Amino acid sequence: MSKMTVEVVTPERVLFSGEASMVIARGVQGDLGILPNHMPMVTPLKIAPVRIKTEGDKELVMAVSGGFMEVRGDKVTILAETAERPEDIDPSRAKAAKERAEQRLNEKHPDLDLRRAERALQRAITRLQVTNK
Amino acid sequence: MAKGIREIRRRIKSVKNTRQITKAMKMVAAAKLRRNQEKAEAARPYADKIQEVIASIAGGTTGSKHPMLQSRPVKKTGYIVITSDRGLAGGYNGNMIRTVIQTINEKHKSKDEYGIFVIGRKGRDFFTKRNYPVIDEATGIENPAFADIKKIASAAVQLFADEQIDELYLCYNKFQSAISQVPTIKRVLPLEAPESSNGRTTNYEYEPNAEEVLADLLPKYAETLVYSAMLEAKASEEGSRMTAMGNATDNATDMIGRYTLIYNRARQAAITQEISEIVSGANAQA
Repeated sequence: MSKMTVEVVTPERVLFSGEASMVIARGVQGDLGILPNHMPMVTPLKIAPVRIKTEGDKELVMAVSGGFMEVRGDKVTILAETAERPEDIDPSRAKAAKERAEQRLNEKHPDLDLRRAERALQRAITRLQVTNK
Repeated sequence: MAKGIREIRRRIKSVKNTRQITKAMKMVAAAKLRRNQEKAEAARPYADKIQEVIASIAGGTTGSKHPMLQSRPVKKTGYIVITSDRGLAGGYNGNMIRTVIQTINEKHKSKDEYGIFVIGRKGRDFFTKRNYPVIDEATGIENPAFADIKKIASAAVQLFADEQIDELYLCYNKFQSAISQVPTIKRVLPLEAPESSNGRTTNYEYEPNAEEVLADLLPKYAETLVYSAMLEAKASEEGSRMTAMGNATDNATDMIGRYTLIYNRARQAAITQEISEIVSGANAQA
């Protein structure tokens, strides 16, 4: 099985760097499965979990927001404003954030920043999805 | 005489206490400097990568029309000024603010022509007290996380996108070494399309298309620039504080030396006088 190098980088640190056989991410136009020898590509990513299949069919999941993905040759780079592994996520906090965001969206306050609230909700949902794997 | 001696002894003690504090502060600053440098190092791969991708897009699609790459007539200029929250850092804040004020005075005639985004309590206090047009502020950032900076950076980028400001400058202390920091004013927006560093560009497939990817990346790039400037400024701050506190410690040591000399002289004079009094007393009796 062929391999490719995958890096997940945030402004604060390099979260993951290693070999993988497949990367599954949600691009702005839909889910993408990247296998080795994919053609060079750049796409922004939605706020969603990213799955990386590493050696021996192990699967790594992380919550990624504000990111984009670059594929070049046998190297996949995911740059993200935030990326978290399940063990870094506090489920109760994410749950609280989700409820808060939902409440804010339901209230329909006139000066509500709708996009911001929606993004917060999406982030919270993503975090919960990642921890529930 | 005895009173003078006690006075000097008290001064020595007080200076010794001060020296202890400045010494501790120097050591803390040195540790923080190292941590901040590591952080700046950790942020580099991200910034490099974004730059690389933008370079290859901007280089590939000839004459990209994205507004963030276009210069337009300047009616209003934005400045992001990075200062520290705490003082005792030598000329760190003073130099920065002076450089900014100089530039502003040279370039602008009225307060309508520019706006300031200020990071750090010291700068905030200075600019608000003197009624400079402060648009936004961020204080209390001890360990800069990307999320802290993103708020103020994206506010500035948004103003540019809305054409409220036509230029954006970043003012921060550039880190040269632990003992040398240079106040720098750098233009962020409109962005100069970064040159690809290694000369080779990859032909990417863009999803959905090159323009939209660029539109997504450019604001991120601008925010990254602000973030790395912030990290560099933080390292400069600690470097500056380290130097200032090192000097203070040296000065305190000097002072203690001088006072000790004076103290010993006074002590000796007092003893000599006492002896001569005893001797003359004994002589008078004989």
